[in-house]
Amino acid sequence: MAAQNTVILDVTGVRRALTRIAHEVLEKNKGVENLVLAGIRTGGVYLAKELAARLEEIEGVRPPVGEVDITLYRDDIKGQTAHLPVGKTDIPFSVEGKRVVLVDDVLFTGRTIRAALDAIMDHGRPACIQLAVLIDRGHRELPIRADFVGRNVPTSLKENISVKFDSNYLPTEVVLEK
Amino acid sequence: MKAFKHKDIIALRDLSKEEIELLIETAEGMREVNSREIKKVPTLRGRTIINLFYESSTRTRTSFEIAGKRLSADTVNISPSTSSATKGETLSDTALNLLAMKPDIIVMRHAVSGSHYYLSGRLPGCSIINAGDGAHEHPSQGLLDMLTMKDRFGRLDGLKVAIVGDITHSRVARSNIQGLTKMGSAVFLAGPPTMMPPGVERLGNVTVCSTMKEAIQDADVVMMLRIQQERQGKTLMPNTREYSRYFGLNPENLKLAKPDAMVMHPGPINRGVEMSSHVVDGSQSHILKQVENGVAVRMSMLYHVCGGELE
Repeated sequence: MAAQNTVILDVTGVRRALTRIAHEVLEKNKGVENLVLAGIRTGGVYLAKELAARLEEIEGVRPPVGEVDITLYRDDIKGQTAHLPVGKTDIPFSVEGKRVVLVDDVLFTGRTIRAALDAIMDHGRPACIQLAVLIDRGHRELPIRADFVGRNVPTSLKENISVKFDSNYLPTEVVLEK
Repeated sequence: MKAFKHKDIIALRDLSKEEIELLIETAEGMREVNSREIKKVPTLRGRTIINLFYESSTRTRTSFEIAGKRLSADTVNISPSTSSATKGETLSDTALNLLAMKPDIIVMRHAVSGSHYYLSGRLPGCSIINAGDGAHEHPSQGLLDMLTMKDRFGRLDGLKVAIVGDITHSRVARSNIQGLTKMGSAVFLAGPPTMMPPGVERLGNVTVCSTMKEAIQDADVVMMLRIQQERQGKTLMPNTREYSRYFGLNPENLKLAKPDAMVMHPGPINRGVEMSSHVVDGSQSHILKQVENGVAVRMSMLYHVCGGELE
């Protein structure tokens, strides 16, 4: 990687951000009743599981966590020279009438979220979908915003944000790579 | 990151082990779509797929059509009785005329081995998928067979697979031999000497057995082939009863295979000839699972050729 890497959130910072997001989710949805989490592969899935664990610590009930793979919903398939492998979408519960919290690690152009919204809608009609992200780095290309944000990080298009996980898929730090 | 870089899929012989793995893994992801209430994703929206079948087919054509539709592509079917082939149009002319309508993929089945290679260079900007060519290959069948075996055993490496029947005329056998030997399985072939192509053991880890018993002994998979009476002359076997006695699968000889061995057949089955009904409908039969996996495998193939480099 490049010479200048800045740690935006360390392990404690990530933990605090997730705990705060958990409280905000509970406040906005008045508890965990009817609540389900959907993580976007792959970073979002790990974060969704962490978020579910926080919600359980606070409320005593762990909301179900689904996994969404957006490969089949991408809008840039036509221009690709070779296709990416398709991961597995795994939503082992009905989303019908549920309050869905979509979880991703970094919110950037918004195109991934658009694809994930379509993917969830194909599984049923939720009561609502909210978006939780660890980092919002700006540069939206679609009218999409997050309901819950860990940290807003203004970036240039040349920079890259990377959320790191350890071998147990627990978040360790967020790095800005220049 | 693994990526698929072919414009066409004509034969498993042309694909590497990694590419075969990618096609199978993608099919595993596609299965989730097939299990939904709304079985459709927008991936190939706006793409046109022509199913050009010069030979009869129920399973393969329907399976490719459903696969295309589940990915939101527009699929069109052409069958020989309704095509200009009956009026004497050459394959090349038919293909060029179809190309003028700008399809993205042509899925073709043809009686002549290698006809897809012949067309491949003549159709710029259009992918070709082989749905069976003569006695050459049937790659989608080979892939779906391997996916079904992988479901059962979690791996392909180290499996003993017996393929029994008319090997000479079988494109299914050739695709399976090409694929399975690349994936590390050991293939054992059995069939009447008149139906065993000379030199087939040169294709890799392939053993030609003199009796069916030898092939299916301790096998993990017993794959039976259909006797293709439409393809062979009348002289290859005395009659189907005698064939069935020496090369038919029944509950008795199935006991020679491993106790949990899986029984497969590419269909359509001649009940009572290559397999007894007890085996077809028995607990070890995975025949309908093969058909189910066929849709996912074909979705995977359509998806990956659409991302292939276009010349």
